[in-house]
Amino acid sequence: MAALFFYIFSTFTVASALAVVFNKNTVASALALLMSLVGVASIFVLLDAFLLAALMVFVYAGAVVALFLFIVMLLDVQGGVRKPFKKITIASSGIALVLLALGLYSFWKSGAQTTAELGQIVPVGATLKNYGELLFTTYLLPVQIVGFLLLIAMLGVIVLSKKFEGLEDIK
Amino acid sequence: MFDFYFHLHLIVRLVLQSLAVILVLFPIAAACSMAERKISAWIQGRPGPNRTIAPIGGLLTPLGLVGRIPFLGPFLQQMGIFQLAADGGKFTFKEDPVPGHVNKFYFVLAPIISMIPALTTVVVVPVGAYFAVVDGVKVLKPIVLANVDIGLLAVFAVSSLGVYSVILAGWASNSKYAFLGGVRASAQLISYELSMTLSVLPVFLWINKPGGQGTLSLFDAVQFQSGVFHGFSLASLHGLWGVCYMPVSAFIFLVALFAETNRAPFDMPESESELVAGFHTEYGAFKWSLFFLAEYCHMIIGSAVCILLFFGGWNLLPWVPLATLIDWLSHFISFAGHPLFMGLVGIAIFLGKVFFFIFFFMWVRWTLPRFRYDQVMDLGWKKLLPLSIANLLFYTLGIALLQK
Repeated sequence: MAALFFYIFSTFTVASALAVVFNKNTVASALALLMSLVGVASIFVLLDAFLLAALMVFVYAGAVVALFLFIVMLLDVQGGVRKPFKKITIASSGIALVLLALGLYSFWKSGAQTTAELGQIVPVGATLKNYGELLFTTYLLPVQIVGFLLLIAMLGVIVLSKKFEGLEDIK
Repeated sequence: MFDFYFHLHLIVRLVLQSLAVILVLFPIAAACSMAERKISAWIQGRPGPNRTIAPIGGLLTPLGLVGRIPFLGPFLQQMGIFQLAADGGKFTFKEDPVPGHVNKFYFVLAPIISMIPALTTVVVVPVGAYFAVVDGVKVLKPIVLANVDIGLLAVFAVSSLGVYSVILAGWASNSKYAFLGGVRASAQLISYELSMTLSVLPVFLWINKPGGQGTLSLFDAVQFQSGVFHGFSLASLHGLWGVCYMPVSAFIFLVALFAETNRAPFDMPESESELVAGFHTEYGAFKWSLFFLAEYCHMIIGSAVCILLFFGGWNLLPWVPLATLIDWLSHFISFAGHPLFMGLVGIAIFLGKVFFFIFFFMWVRWTLPRFRYDQVMDLGWKKLLPLSIANLLFYTLGIALLQK
């Protein structure tokens, strides 16, 4: 049963990820990205990582893609057509394809050994308590750094977007 | 009968349970549209729909016959009950136009998407409780489709997807009014989600004691509010409802809920004096009624979550949990100990509270004038957000001191 669901969800995820890249319409691309993220969340559910699945839908599908869509629509209300791919894009996608093939090859060579143990691995961050504990102990520094990065980005957006006319108020 | 039910395959049982929930949710949402018209009429001092009556022949014969019963029939007619059937028939059978200038695929998709989050969130919302005997021990079990540990997070996650139907409807309609409505909706929903999430954190700070397993379950939130009176001590806090010791949280949650469900005074996306009808300007007939139903479903589920977190869930009064009530009732009624009776009483109390909240929604809508858009943003970012952060800090420090 779980294997069947995995095949359904993973096909759905990969198909919508491909739709993100190949769709001509930018709004349709953003929606395909949304579907792909929901697909990833459903795979998390299959792995018993309910917290990650909910966070995935909450943060990425709920807020980030909404902002993407918002911006795409504001920039081009008519839902314009994407420009044809540049040469550099084609070259880099070729490199990515080689890397993907290498990754798949390594999976194929050594995948059988790891899958046998996968069932015995206890997902440490799957429960709320463990997740919170890890965030505030082991991964405290990375969390702080990422938070700081977001703060910098936020300040940058404010500086770039706000017109500072008559600078009396910020002197 | 029960044995037969419990011998069915799990998937069949789950499908039956889900159908039961939908069959309760949909008529309530439809009846809300009627209640809205009657309550608005009552508040504005006019009769409201009071003429409609079903024809004595034809498709609606049972309704037609009910309408002819002396005293009861005219009373139902006065209450506008038959208008509900007339409205439903109109939405289903009238022409469903798709304007020529719209993006047809997304135009049709948007109303369908609007129903998905509304019907998905109900999966994790418990509506009542009953005593089950597990290994010889009486255990209180929730009546819920899926009792997951991350209940509240799941509700927030899925309901945040509701914004897409509004954005898509606005964009696909390819008209300026609709588009402005959609853009306003997305900005408003994202702004108020922050304060809403921050306002419920104190609830789970109370519930999750140090050393516990950590939970975001809505059932546990109600369990925390169902205790009896132990004198004036910290233990008596368990019997009080969340709103009694977290009034600011409850207030912020309610205000954010109004904004999240696009209800007046926050109905920016469809403010008819500025945007004709906002994001659903180009919609008609059945597609429009889907948007309408989804709005009421959101209201029902939003008020259900609010009741579970702050208003005691299926407990009748503060310090009178459902179990105590059933104990007291068993002195008078012989079958009160039956799990079915307890479940039904719990659901009835819960639905009663939900109906009150829906009435409250309508009361506010027809009492307060609509905010201007800059006032909405100002309230969300400059007032509610700092207030909810201060509230969270206050409870964090307070709970840390109390539980030391």
